[in-house]
Amino acid sequence: MLNKTLHISTSPHLTKGLTTTQIMQNVVYALLPAVGYAVYAFGLDAFLLISSTTMAAVLTEHMLCKWSHKDSTVGDWSAVITGLLLGMTLPPSFPLWMAFLGGVIAIALGKYVFGGLGNNSFNPALVGRAVLQAAFPVAITTWSTSFIPHRFTELSSSVLALPFMKPTYDAVSGATPLSAFKFDGVVADSLDLAMGMESGSAGETNALLILLGGIYLASRKMLNWRIPVAVIGTVYVFSATLHLINPEVYPSGSFMVFSGGLMLGAVFMATDMVASPLTSLGVVIYGILIGSLIVVIRIWGGLPEGVMYAILLANAVSPHIDKFTQNRVYGT
Amino acid sequence: MLGLKSTIEVFSRLRNTFKHGVHPPEHKDETNGLAIRQFYFAPVITLPTSQNLGKPSKIIVREGQEVVRGQLLAQADGMMSVPLHAPVTGVVLKIANVPTISGKMTSGIFLESLTASGQEVIEGTPISLESSPEEILQGIQNAGIVGLGGAAFPTHVKLKIPEGKHCQTLLINGVECEPFLTTDHRVMLEQPEDIFMGVRYVMKATGAQKAILGIEANKQDAADFLKSRIPDDLPLEVRVVPVKYPQGAEKMLITSVLGVEVPSGGLPIDVNVVVINVATTAEIGRLLPHGRGIQERVITITGPGVKKKGNYLIPIGTPLRYILEEVGVEGTIKEVYMGGPMMGVAVSNLDISVTKGTSGVVVFSEKQVSTDQPEYPCIKCAACVDACPLSLNPSKLGILAKNEAYDLMANEYHLMDCFECGSCSYVCPSHIPLVQYFRISKSIVRKRAAKKQLTNA
Repeated sequence: MLNKTLHISTSPHLTKGLTTTQIMQNVVYALLPAVGYAVYAFGLDAFLLISSTTMAAVLTEHMLCKWSHKDSTVGDWSAVITGLLLGMTLPPSFPLWMAFLGGVIAIALGKYVFGGLGNNSFNPALVGRAVLQAAFPVAITTWSTSFIPHRFTELSSSVLALPFMKPTYDAVSGATPLSAFKFDGVVADSLDLAMGMESGSAGETNALLILLGGIYLASRKMLNWRIPVAVIGTVYVFSATLHLINPEVYPSGSFMVFSGGLMLGAVFMATDMVASPLTSLGVVIYGILIGSLIVVIRIWGGLPEGVMYAILLANAVSPHIDKFTQNRVYGT
Repeated sequence: MLGLKSTIEVFSRLRNTFKHGVHPPEHKDETNGLAIRQFYFAPVITLPTSQNLGKPSKIIVREGQEVVRGQLLAQADGMMSVPLHAPVTGVVLKIANVPTISGKMTSGIFLESLTASGQEVIEGTPISLESSPEEILQGIQNAGIVGLGGAAFPTHVKLKIPEGKHCQTLLINGVECEPFLTTDHRVMLEQPEDIFMGVRYVMKATGAQKAILGIEANKQDAADFLKSRIPDDLPLEVRVVPVKYPQGAEKMLITSVLGVEVPSGGLPIDVNVVVINVATTAEIGRLLPHGRGIQERVITITGPGVKKKGNYLIPIGTPLRYILEEVGVEGTIKEVYMGGPMMGVAVSNLDISVTKGTSGVVVFSEKQVSTDQPEYPCIKCAACVDACPLSLNPSKLGILAKNEAYDLMANEYHLMDCFECGSCSYVCPSHIPLVQYFRISKSIVRKRAAKKQLTNA
C-alpha cells in the first residue's frame, strides 16, 4: 500500500513518551499516602476539607476556561494537585466554606490570572492559603487535636459553619508543636513528629509518608531532589548550629525539620516546577533561600510557622535566580 | 595556575564524553548484522542537480543522449558545488524539474536504465597519494563527494584549511548516533581498506599529523576489527566513546575525544581539528585511486514498516517508491523519514529519490506511528535544559520564540549555536515543538541580518 497519504511532521520524530499529564498524575499518587493519613488522623473533618478544596480548584479551573471560551484544562490534573495541597495545609477543622473559597482563590488568583498552567509565578495552593490566612486569621490558627475518638462519625462543629458566620469550636483546641514551642517554649519529641502523632494542618503531620511520596517522584525523575535536600539540609544545619550555641533558646535541628509544614513544603510545594528555577545551581540556591527564611521566620519572626511565606518569597525571586545561574553555554 | 578553561578540559577528558544528551531507543539490532547488498537498478532514475549544500551542478548532457555508468552528467558550478555522475548506464529520458524532499521542484535529469548493459563503471584520471594536497582536494571535488553523514556539505570545501589555520588532528566520525541507522557500522566492518586509504588521502590533503576514529560503544565489534587491521605506518587511533545522542555531532565528538570545546560560532579548525564522516572517508579511498565519481551509496532501509530491512548499496537517484516496492512494506505505511528519526526529514511524496546525503530511510506503518500529541504549556520542568548538549536553555528560548523575541534569542541566549539535534523536543513532556521554533527563529535572524547588510551596503 504505497498510495496512502503520508503523515509529515518536523524532526525529531521520536518522543521520550513522558507527558505533562503523567507527571501531574504521579504527583497526585505521591500525595495520596499523606492524604490518607490525614483522614486517618483527623477523620471526616480532614476528608471533607481536602475534598472541598479539591472540588473548588477543579470546578474553578473548569468554569474559568468555559467562561473564556477555551477548552477545559482540568484534564491535565494540575488543578487536582493545587486543591489537594491547599487542603493539606489547612487546620483539620477549618470551616468548609472558607476552604472552598481558598480553592477558588488558589486557581483564580494564583494560576488563572497569570495565564494558567506554566505561567504562575507563585505556587497556587500557597497563594490560596496566604489569602485565607489574611482573611481568617483566627480560623487558620485554631487546631483540633488528632486521633479524637469520634472522628469518623462526628464532625467538629466549626466545619459546617455558615458562610460569613463566626465558627464555633468544640473544645479547647490543641496547639501545634510549633506554636507550643513559640509561645510556651515546649519542644515536642522528634520521633512523634516524624510519625505524625502531633497535631497540625491536615496533611502535614506525617513527615515520613510525605518523604515517601517525594522519594517515589524523585526516583521517576518527576521531582528535582535537589530542592527538598537543599531546604531540609539548610533548616537542619542552620537550626542545629543555633541549638549548639544555646540549647535553652533554640530547638534542635530534628525538631525544626520534622515539625510544621516543612516536609510538605519542601517536598511538594517548593518543588512546583513552574515556580522554581531551571538550573541545578539555581535550585540549590533557591532551596537554601527557602530553608534560611523558614528558620529566620520561625525563630525570630512573629509567626510560629514560616514555610508558606518562605516559599512564596523564593518563588518571587526564582526568575532572578534563573537569570544569574544560566548554564555556561558550550564553547563560551 | 589552572584556569577555568583548562579545568573544564581536564574534567571533560575524565568524563570521556560531552555534557547532557539523551538516550533514545537504538533499534540498531534489526539491521546491524546484515551485510551490505547491492540494490537493483530502478527502471527510471531521477537526479536533482541540487544534492549538496551550496550551488546546484550544471547539466552537460542532452535529452536522448546515451550515458555510461560513472559518466559526468553535470559539472560543478563554482567552488561550493560538486559534479554529478551517472549512477547507471542508460539514456537521458528528459531534463525537467524533479521533486525533492524539501517539497520544491528543482532542475534534474530523468535517466532510463539499460538493464541489458553490463553496468561497467568508467574510470577517470587516478589521483595517487603522491599528489599535492590541492590535487587531492580537486580530485575529491571531481568525484562529486559530499558529507555522507546527512549534511551533504561539499567535502573538498570542508577539508580546505583556511589561510592562517592548521590542522593537527583529523577526527573520523564513526559514531552514527541516530537510532535505526547502521550504514557507517557496516562500512566499518566491510570496507576497512577503503577507510584506511581514505584516511591517507585526507591526512595528506589537510596536513594532519594524526587521525582518530571515534566509534560509539554499541559498535565495539567494528572498533575491535578496525584496530586489528590498522597498517603499521598509518598514525590512526580508534577511540570508543559512550553511547549517547548526539555523540555524532561534530562539536560533541571533538569534546568527547579531545576534551576541548569548539568556540561558540566557530568551526572545528579553530581548535586545529577537521572532522569527516567515516563513510565519506571510505568513499574517498574507494573512488580516488580510480578517478571515479560517486554513483551509489550505502543506505539503511529500516523501520517497523519494512519487510526486508537491510543495508543496501543503492544507486543515487533511485526513487523511494521503487525502493519500498522492492523491500516490501507491512500494512499501510504512514510516515517515511530520510535520515534517522531524530534529525531526518519526513517525506511527503514517494516520487522523490535518494540523494548523496541520504543515510537511511525509516518507515513507520499505521500501527506504530505516534499520533499527534496535544501541546501543553511549558511547565519549566527543565528536562530540556538537562538534555541540551550545548547547555542552551531551550525552555527560555521556546518562550521567547513564542513572543517573537528573535533578536534577544540570538544575542543573549546563543540561539545561533543550536544545531537542531532535537534532544529538547525529544524529552519535552508538554510536546512543545522546540526545534521547529528554533529553526524558524534562526532563519528569521539570518534574514534580518542579510537585510541589514543590504541596507548598510
